[in-house]
Amino acid sequence: MAHPPPASAPELPAELAEATRDGAALKRFLHGLPGVDQVGLEQRAAGLATRSIKKDSKLWAIDTAIGMVDLTTLEGADTAGKVRALAAKARRPDPDRPDTPRAAALCVYPDLAATAVEALAGSGVGVASVATAFPSGRSSLQAKLAEVELAVSAGATEVDMVIDRGAFLSGEYGRVFDEIRDVRESCGPAHLKVILETGELGTYDNVRRASWLALLAGADFVKTSTGKISPAATLPVTQLMLQAVRDWRDRTGQLRGVKPAGGIRSTKDAIRHLVAVHEVAGPEWLSPALFRFGASSLLGDLLMQRRTQLDGHYSGPDYVAVDQ
Amino acid sequence: MTDPALDAPRSGSPWQYSPAPEARELADLKANYRMFVDGEFIDGTGEPFISTNPATEETLAEVSGASESDVDRAVAAARAAFERTWGPMPGSERAKYLFRIARLIQERGRELAVLETLDNGKPIKESRDADIPTAAAHFFHHAGWADKLDHAGHGAHPRPLGVAGQVIPWNFPLLMLAWKIAPALACGNTVVLKPAETTPLTALVFAEICEQAGLPAGVVNIVTGAGDIGAEIVAHDDVDKVAFTGSTEVGKRIQRTLAGSGRKLTLELGGKAANIVFDDAPIDQAVEGVVNGIFFNQGHVCCAGSRLLVQESIAEELLGKLRSRVSTLQVGDPLDKNTDVGAINSADQLARITELADTGESEGARRWSSPCPLPERGFFFAPTVFSEVQQSMRIAREEVFGPVLSVLTFRTPEEAIAKANNTPYGLSAGVWTEKGSRILWAAQQIRAGVVWANTFNRFDPTAPFGGYQESGFGREGGRAGLEAYLDV
Amino acid sequence: MTSDSGIPGSERPGEPTRGHTDAPARLGVTKTYKLYIGGAFPRSESGRVHPVHDSHGEFLANAARASRKDVRDAVAAARKAFGGWSSATAYNRGQVLFRVAEVMEGRRAQFVAEVAAAEGVSTGTAESTVNATIDRMVWYAGWTDKLAAVLGAANPVAGPYFSFSVPEPTGVVGILAPQQSSLLGLVSVVAPVLAAGNTCVVVSSTERPLPAITLAEVLATSDLPGGVANLLTGDAAELAPWLASHADVNALDPSGVPDSLRAEIERSSAGTVKRVLDVRPGEQDWTREPDIRRLREFTEIKTVWHPVGM
Repeated sequence: MAHPPPASAPELPAELAEATRDGAALKRFLHGLPGVDQVGLEQRAAGLATRSIKKDSKLWAIDTAIGMVDLTTLEGADTAGKVRALAAKARRPDPDRPDTPRAAALCVYPDLAATAVEALAGSGVGVASVATAFPSGRSSLQAKLAEVELAVSAGATEVDMVIDRGAFLSGEYGRVFDEIRDVRESCGPAHLKVILETGELGTYDNVRRASWLALLAGADFVKTSTGKISPAATLPVTQLMLQAVRDWRDRTGQLRGVKPAGGIRSTKDAIRHLVAVHEVAGPEWLSPALFRFGASSLLGDLLMQRRTQLDGHYSGPDYVAVDQ
Repeated sequence: MTDPALDAPRSGSPWQYSPAPEARELADLKANYRMFVDGEFIDGTGEPFISTNPATEETLAEVSGASESDVDRAVAAARAAFERTWGPMPGSERAKYLFRIARLIQERGRELAVLETLDNGKPIKESRDADIPTAAAHFFHHAGWADKLDHAGHGAHPRPLGVAGQVIPWNFPLLMLAWKIAPALACGNTVVLKPAETTPLTALVFAEICEQAGLPAGVVNIVTGAGDIGAEIVAHDDVDKVAFTGSTEVGKRIQRTLAGSGRKLTLELGGKAANIVFDDAPIDQAVEGVVNGIFFNQGHVCCAGSRLLVQESIAEELLGKLRSRVSTLQVGDPLDKNTDVGAINSADQLARITELADTGESEGARRWSSPCPLPERGFFFAPTVFSEVQQSMRIAREEVFGPVLSVLTFRTPEEAIAKANNTPYGLSAGVWTEKGSRILWAAQQIRAGVVWANTFNRFDPTAPFGGYQESGFGREGGRAGLEAYLDV
Repeated sequence: MTSDSGIPGSERPGEPTRGHTDAPARLGVTKTYKLYIGGAFPRSESGRVHPVHDSHGEFLANAARASRKDVRDAVAAARKAFGGWSSATAYNRGQVLFRVAEVMEGRRAQFVAEVAAAEGVSTGTAESTVNATIDRMVWYAGWTDKLAAVLGAANPVAGPYFSFSVPEPTGVVGILAPQQSSLLGLVSVVAPVLAAGNTCVVVSSTERPLPAITLAEVLATSDLPGGVANLLTGDAAELAPWLASHADVNALDPSGVPDSLRAEIERSSAGTVKRVLDVRPGEQDWTREPDIRRLREFTEIKTVWHPVGM
C-alpha cells in the first residue's frame, strides 16, 4: 500500500496499523476476526425486535429517526425537479409542523449533486453523493475517482462509495483497501460512507471482515447496501456493523458510524434499528453523526406516525407529502 | 471493559423502554383452585395453601391441599383408569386425546402464559415464547408415538408400566408437566402428578384442559401440596413408576425410598454446567449464549450454564463484553414484554441465592452485579457475575439456581475439559469455538447428557434430555424418552 | 486370615487323578489363585484366601478372598482404564472382545472341566454351557459398532439446529456376577458392560470362582487393556456394599447379590445416584437368548446440538 494515511487520520493502535501494512497482513487480520454464528446473530436480532419503547420515548425516537434519514433518490429517471422536490422535503419534512426535525442529508447521483447543493444551501441538510460507479462498482479506479471529484467539487458534504465486491470476494483485500484509501483522500473534508453491499457478500463473516476493512481504510461510516440488491439492510446485518463500530471504539477510542440503507420502510423497522443501536453500540450512537437511515419511503411513515403520536389518532398518507 | 459508565444505570438519553405489560386479566385468575382426581375437581382433605405472585408478594389464589387419603384416592383412580379405559385403549385412540390436549394448550396459550408468569415470576416473553409452545409441542410429538410404539425399538407390543407417580419442580411448571405426562400417556400409563407448591396453578388449568378434551376420568390426576405429599406419591405401593425432576438431594431420598421395590424410577436432578468459550469462539454469539445460559428464567434452570470457563487469552475481552451486555438486561415486572429477567420464585430461593452469592465474595471471588434498578416489592436479584472464581469455591461447585455466573479461566482444551468434568453433576455443557473438530472432540470428552455447541438452552421434544452421574438417570424426549414409561 | 485350606495336592479339575498308592507318583502343585486388578494378578491385600470345593465337596483350590481395599484398588484401576477403553473405536473394542472369544475357545477343555466341577453338571452339559458362553462373547463383540446406530438418533428438532444423540458408556460398573451360573452367567453380565465401552469391577460367584479365574487369565492374555475388567473372588455379600457406596462407581449390576441384601445395596447406591440394574429376585435363566437391555442400561444418551448456518 503505497499511500500513507491521510494527515488527518488519527493514529491507530500498533496492531491495527500493522494489519494495514500489506495485503497479506490485512488478510491475516481479517481472517483472524472472531467468526459470526448466523443462528445466534439472527436470534439476538429477533430478540431486539420484540422491545417496545415508552410513549414519551417513542416521539423522541421518531424525531431522532427523522433526523437520521438520508433521503434518497437513486434512479435512472432522476431529474433536477425530483431532486428539488426531495430537497424541500428534507428541509421541512412536515410543513404543517415546523418543529419536525429536518432530514440528515439528501442522497443523489453525482451529476445531480450540484442541484442538491443549491437546493439545500443554508439548510443544514447535508448532500450525499454516491460515487465509484454506483451501484456495481465495476469501472476503472480513474473513473471512480473522477466521480468522487465531481461530487466533491459540486459541494457534496458526504460521499457514499461502493466497494469492489468482486475484489473482496476473490480475497484481494489490499485492492479494496487501497481503493477506499484513494477515495478517502479524494473526499477531502467530505465524510466517507463505504457501502459494502452486504447482500452480495454471502456470509455474515464477510460482512464483519468488510466492515473492519472499511474502518481500517478510513471510512467514517459503514453502510449496508445500495438499495439495488435484495436483501438490503436487515437487522442482523445492522447489528453486526454496530458490533464492529463498538469494537472499533473499544480498540481505538474513535467513533465511526453505521448506515443501514434499503428495505427500511416503516417506523416500526426504524425503531427496531434504534433499539439495536442503543443496546448493541450504545446510547452515544443515537445521533445523526453516527447513525443514518438510507431510505426513500421511510420518512413518509415516520411523519405519519409522528402525527399519530401528537394528534392521538391515526393519520393517513394523504396528510404527508408524497415522495414521488 | 472497565468503562465506569457501566457501573451506573444509563440515564443520559431519554431512551426508555415502556412498560408493555401483558393484561393480567388474560390469566382468568380464580380465587380458589382445587385438585383434580378421578375426573373431578375436589377439595382436598389436607390444609389449603396460598400461591403468591413472587413479583409483588401478593396472594394469587388459595389452592386445596392434599392429604394421604387424597393420594390414595388419586392412585386408585389412576389404577382403575389404567385397567379399564386407558390401558386397553388402542394407541391410535390415545393419540387423538393427546392431539386434542396439544391443541387446547395452544388455544389457551395466552391464558396459560400469563398465569404461569404470575405464579412463577418468569418473564412473559419466556412463558409466551418458550414454556407454553414447547409444552404443546411435547403433546404433539408424543401423540404421534402412541400408535407407533411397536417401532420404537423395544420389540412388538411394548407394555406400559401402569400408574406413574410424578413430582415436578417450580421452574418450568407447565413444561415439566408436559415432559412428564405426554410420554406417560402416549405409552399407555395413567398418572398422578404433583406440581410444586409454589407454582400449582397452570397444572390445575391443565386439568381443565383434560376435562375439555374429554380425557377419561382417572387418566390424569393432579394432587397439590408440599414435599410431604410428593413423598406419599413416590412411596405409594400401588404406583408402578416414579418420575421426579428436582434437586439432587431429594432425588437421592427418592432413590433410597424405592430401593428394593422393583419400581421403575427416572430422575432429572441438579447441574453445574460448564459453558466453555475457546479463544476462536464467535465471540458476540458466545456472549449471548453465556447470558442466555445463566440468566434465562432467572437462572432457575437445572441445566443453566452457571460456570463460564473462558480461555485466558480472551478472558478480559469476553468479560468486558459480557458485563456490557448484562447491563442491558431489563430486570423487573415479569408481565412486561420488555423484561428479560423476572422475579425469583420465592423468598426462600432468594435467601438461598443471596447466601451463596455472599460466600462467593467471602471466598475471594470478584463480584459484579448489573446496575439495573430493582423493583421495591417482590423477590428480585440483580444479574451477577463473579470473576476470579476458583474451582474449589462453593459458587463453582454448588448449584445456585439463580442469576449468578461464576467465571473461571483455562489455558488449554484439556484443562477446560478437566475443569468442566470436575463435578459430581453431568447434566449439560456448552462449547463455543469455530473449529469443527474441536467441537466434536469437546462434545465427546464432556461427561454430560446434553452438549450445546455454539448455542445454549435449546430444548425440543424430539431431542432426549437427561443427566450423567448425580444429575440423574433416564431421558426425557425422543425415542430414548419412551423407555422410561415402557416395561422394557 | 481365614486360611482354612483343605488338603494340598489336589489337581486342577480335568486332570486325571493318580492311582491309589501310598505315595503319589507325582505330587500335584497346589495353587492359590489370585485376584485380577489393573492387568496384574495380586494377592488380596488382606492375605485372605478361601477354599473352593467342587459340587461334591471335594477341595479344588484356594481362591483369594478380596477385601474392601481390593475393591478400592480395582475401582481405581477401572477408572484409570476408562478413558482409553471408552474412547477406543467401536471396531477396536469389537476386535478385542472377539479375540477374548478366540482365547476362550483355546481354553475350552479347561472351562468345561471347571464348569462341570463347579456346577456339578455332566461334561456334555458343561460343553454346551461353554459353547453358549463363547458364542455370547462373540454376540456382544459384534454389538460394539452397532449400538450407536440402534440407540442413537439424528433428532429432527424444530429449529435451525443439527441435533444428534449417541449412547456413551456410563463409566465404571460394579458387577456382582451370578452365584449359580459360574461361566455363562458371568460372561453374560461382563460382556455387555465391556461391549458398551465401560470398565468394570467384577465379583465372581463366591462358591464357584474357578471359571472366573480362568476367564481372568483369558482376559490377561487377550488384547484387553489392563484395568478394563478387574476380577475379584470373594464373598459377594461382603463386597457388594463397598461397591454400592463407592462414589467412583457409576453403575451396578447386582445379579449376584443375595436377595436379602438387594434393598440395602440399592439404598446405598442412591448416595451418588448410581444406576442399579433392575434384576428380578432369584437367578435368571442365562441360557436364554440375550437382548440389548444390558447394553442399553449401561450407556447414557448424550444429545449434542449445533446451529446450522452459513
